[in-house]
Parts: sequence; C-alpha cells; structure tokens
Amino acid sequence: MTAPARHMALKLALALGLAASAAACAHKPPPPPADTGMGGPPPPPPPSNYGPPGGGPVTGAPIPGSVRDFVVSAGDRVYFELNADSVSSEGRGVLDSQAQWLQRYPNVMVRIEGNCDERGTREYNLALGGRRADGVKRYLVSRGISPARITTTSYGKERPTDPGTGEDAYAHNRNAHTAITSGAAGGDTSSDFSGNAPGGLQ
Amino acid sequence: MPGFNAVQEGCKHAPMRNSLRFLLATSLAALSMTLAGGAVRAQPVIDINKGVASSVSIAVPPFSGSDARSSELGPRIAEVVAKDLERSGFFHALTDHYPEPNLNIAVTPQFAAWRGVNVIDLVNGAASTDVDGRLRVDFRLWDVSVGSQLVGAQFTSSPDNWRRVAHKIADAVYQRLTGQGPYFDTRVVFVAESGPRAHRIKRLAIMDQDGANPSYLTNGTYVALNPRFSASNQQITYAAMSKDAVRVYLFDIETGRRETIGSFVGEMAFAPRFSPDGSKVALSVEKNGNTDIYVVDLRSRESHRLTSDPAIDTSPSYSPDGSRIVFTSDRGGKPQLYVMSAEGGNAHRITFDSGQYTTPVWSPKGDLIAATKQTGGQFHIVTLRADGSGEHVLTSSFLDEGPTWAPNGRVLMFSRETPGSGARLWTIDVSGQNERLEPYPGGATDPAWSPLLK
Repeated sequence: MTAPARHMALKLALALGLAASAAACAHKPPPPPADTGMGGPPPPPPPSNYGPPGGGPVTGAPIPGSVRDFVVSAGDRVYFELNADSVSSEGRGVLDSQAQWLQRYPNVMVRIEGNCDERGTREYNLALGGRRADGVKRYLVSRGISPARITTTSYGKERPTDPGTGEDAYAHNRNAHTAITSGAAGGDTSSDFSGNAPGGLQ
Repeated sequence: MPGFNAVQEGCKHAPMRNSLRFLLATSLAALSMTLAGGAVRAQPVIDINKGVASSVSIAVPPFSGSDARSSELGPRIAEVVAKDLERSGFFHALTDHYPEPNLNIAVTPQFAAWRGVNVIDLVNGAASTDVDGRLRVDFRLWDVSVGSQLVGAQFTSSPDNWRRVAHKIADAVYQRLTGQGPYFDTRVVFVAESGPRAHRIKRLAIMDQDGANPSYLTNGTYVALNPRFSASNQQITYAAMSKDAVRVYLFDIETGRRETIGSFVGEMAFAPRFSPDGSKVALSVEKNGNTDIYVVDLRSRESHRLTSDPAIDTSPSYSPDGSRIVFTSDRGGKPQLYVMSAEGGNAHRITFDSGQYTTPVWSPKGDLIAATKQTGGQFHIVTLRADGSGEHVLTSSFLDEGPTWAPNGRVLMFSRETPGSGARLWTIDVSGQNERLEPYPGGATDPAWSPLLK
C-alpha cells in the first residue's frame, strides 16, 4: 500500500467511526439539497441511515451532502509524484467521484488547495501548488462541474498535513485538497488552513 | 508593545532620530578627517583574500564612563563592538587579562605590553553624558604592531541608541582594517515561526543584525512570506497567505501602515522584490496555474507583465544597477536560473547543472548572484557570477534556503532546517568560511538584510 493510500485508509476508518457515533443521535432526516435553479438533475434520495430490522448491527454513514460525506464517499485529496503537477490515474478516480458528488449537490462551492512537500524552496513551491490546484480544477471542469463553483489557491509547503520528515510524509504532503467553502449540509466548511491563527481568520 | 522600540527609533518625526542622524553625520565627518590627517597605513590591514582562516587578535577592553549611566553603558558598548568583530570571522577578541584594563582615551597605549599578549589591534573608548543628557562615545583604533593610531572618532546619540553607537564603532574598525564596506549597523526582517508544523504561526518580524531588539510586525493571523527591505530602509514588501488568497503588501515601518500592491484579484501574488531605486516592485503572479513575473510601479500603481512563458517564472531579483533581473524558471523542465532585461525580454538561462536552482538574489556589489541549489537530497547556498560561471558551493545541509546579502556583499544570511525541528537563521562569509548560527534564538526563515542604516 502506498503512503497516501495508507493515509486514506486510516482517514476513512476514522471518518466511519466518527460517523457511526454521530448517526446514533441523528433523529431527523437530512435536508435535501436546495434547488439552485441551475437546471441540474434532481438529486437522488439520500441513502438510508437505518439498519435492517430485527436487531441486527446498526451501521452508520455521514449525513449526505455534508463535508464528511464528501470526504468519505468521494475523497477530498489527490496526491502527486515528486515535482509533478499531473493527476495520477488513482487521483483521477478520486476526482471522478468528487465530480459525481458535486453534481449531486449543486449548491456546494469548493476551493482547491495545492500543497507541496518541504523538499523545495518556498517561492517555487507556492507556484507549484498553484499549478497542482489548477490541474485539479481543470479536471473537475472537464467532468462537467461549472468553473464558477471552483476557486484555487496554493499553500505551497506552508501547511503540511503530515508533520513528519521522510518519503512517506513528503508523499502525503504533495497533494491537492478539495475544500468545501459553502453549500454543504450542516453548513460545514473545510480547509487545510484551519486552526492556524490566534483569533481566527478574517 | 515593548518590542517596538526598534521601530520607534526609526520614526522620521522623532526628534531623537533626527538628532542622531545629524550627530552621526557630523561625527562621521570628524572620522574622515582623522583618517585623512593621521592615517599611517592607507591600505587595509587584513588581507581578506586569505578569508577568515587566520583571524586577527583584537582587544576591546571595557570603555570607561564619566557618570553612573555612561559607566554602565561603556562596558556594554565595548562588548557589542567585540562581538560584531568576532562574528565577521576576521577577528578574535581578547576577553580578559588586558595589560592596561583602564586605559585612558587621551593616553597612548603601552604597545609593548599589548604585543606581549599577542594583540595586533586595540580599540579603546570612553563614554560620557553631555549637558543635554546625550551619550557621547569617543574611541581610538590602534595598530599595536606598528604603534600608531588608525582611527579616532566620536559618536553622540540618545543613550537608548547605545547599541547602534556600538555597531557604528565596529563598522568603522571593520572598514578600516578589512577594506570591506560596513554592515553591522543594519537590521534584518524575517519570518518568525512558532507552533506545531501543520499549524505553524508565521509572523513578520524585525531585529538588529546581531539578533538584538527583535519585534513582531504582524500578529500571525496570516502566514507572512518573503519580506524584503526597500533601499530607503523604511519600507518592507512581503506576501501574506490567508485561507483563500496570497497577496503582496507594502508595509511602512515608521507608521505601521499596510497596503496591497497591484490588483491581482482572484490571482496569487508573491515573491516581491524592490527595484534598487525603490520605485518599483517585481513580483510573481499565479493565474490559471501559470506563474509569471510582473512589475508594479509604486507611483502610478500600474503593473505590466515581464514574462509570458507557460512554465513557472518566479523569484525575480534586480541587478544593483536596475538593468537586469535574475529569476527562477522551470521552462527547461526543472527550476534553473535565468537573466533577462528589467523591461522583460532577452531571457537567457545561466545555470545548466543537474541540480535545481531557486531563490536567486543579486549581490549589492553586483558581482555575484546567490541562490539555493538542491541536488542529491541536499540543499546548498551557492554563489555564481551573473553569467552563471564560477559556481561556489558555500553550504550543505538537509534544508538550507533563501540567502540574503549584507549590504557590503560580503556576508550571507539564510535559513537552515534540521529534520524534525524548526528552522533557524545562519550566516556565512562569501568565502564559504565562518558559518555561524545567528544569535536570534527563535524559529525563523526568509531573512532579508536591510541597507546600512543612516
């Protein structure tokens, strides 16, 4: 298993565990995505949160249309080879899932955050992260997502998701994160930039 | 904020600063008179071509004082002078066992006694408080081996500025003995880093070149990047990253006023650098995944594009005459250095090595370009001539990055990160010798050296 794949598996397990505990106290059905008037297909009904009757095991799932649902069912991050800015075939699979998910929830706006490992200098990595983010945006647009729903930025090597050193950490940190900025169920947003500053961000 | 002392010193409207500038100007006039009238050896005493391998023994015994305040400051001034000279690598200072510990400034030293402890050069001085409450420092530089005075001068300032007085004295000694330009009375702007790696707080900060008087200029809400001084010393340009944007700012350290440069809405702007005359800022703009170099005229606020290659073009740095720009581009496949006209065009590649070259910065003397080179899993600070020839690898480590030149073009500062810990600032002589940890104790990256203070 490659380092990013291991990372994903861990994340998935973590997300599912949290989702299961969250589902236990979720009583009301999730709100359907609002009609944006953009003429897209109607969203499919949300998947059931209820296990089979008869006292079988209760399985959980994230609230459909939520940030966690996006992370778990589509995947919010694709990885890059050293100094590369093209999306791998594995990454394209993730982006296909992202595009399907975004088509299902047409109110959701995203920001692609390009990240680099620390084995480069700060200014070049800012530019490289911008190139990675743009590559992801172009792929999503090619899969039918309106460019008006996608912004891009680069965090260069300033916001590593893996604080370690060594090839595994560097592989984790060469990525593009698809962050939800608005429109998700529950109003959640996500960003690699969160938790940065005293007093929050303006 | 107590740390803002250094910034307040620079206030244009503060009478203290004006009087310091005036008095330094007059004392420097006195200094040149002394040199013209009494110089025994016109040539530099130290052969800098030998590098710093054979440093010269110098003594800076505690300066005397005339009252409680100047008696307290005199020894501290002598200590700062000695430390400046030592950090240059050209000197080692005798720290104790002075043959004449209380040498009167008006009396010629007993040269034989100083030769007896192998001292080559001697700096002695006297601090006093004048009728206006100002600090006055007289000093003499003696060539002990020949038995003559090389420099005699006096500086006067507010007592709060005693460290700057010490740096001015060290600069006068350094300049006379090495023939190199002064650089001790300078500041460094940098990015102060704290906190865990994934959420590291990166604040714009400023300090004296010896690490004294550090203070923050931003509060860490945004990630500060790439600060650089203007030639006037009063303005900084830097980039700041928020959740959704990277912007370039002008920051006035006299007033604390901050404004964005250029209108690059929806685009990312970073890696700014002033033109030598301070009238323009060259920077990188990223749009639709492509990064190119632009220049913004600070008066008209108009920007125009200098490169239009589909590859990444970033890290522009002007030659000191303002005619050319060196920059990083990966148009050849991976990051290498290119030089073009300051108006854009005529770009030609100057590095062809298998490594990657980034963060070029032109020496203020114009003779060399310093850069970060990445090769074989290591990072290096290198220098090369403007045509790319004569590459000299000065450092080697896990992660060295982002050199900046002292205003005399002799010393470089850069950041060095060791695996698993934060980055610190280091300095090295352009000869590749005298690699030293900068005294500032905190995590720091992206240093930029100021011009010599006035």
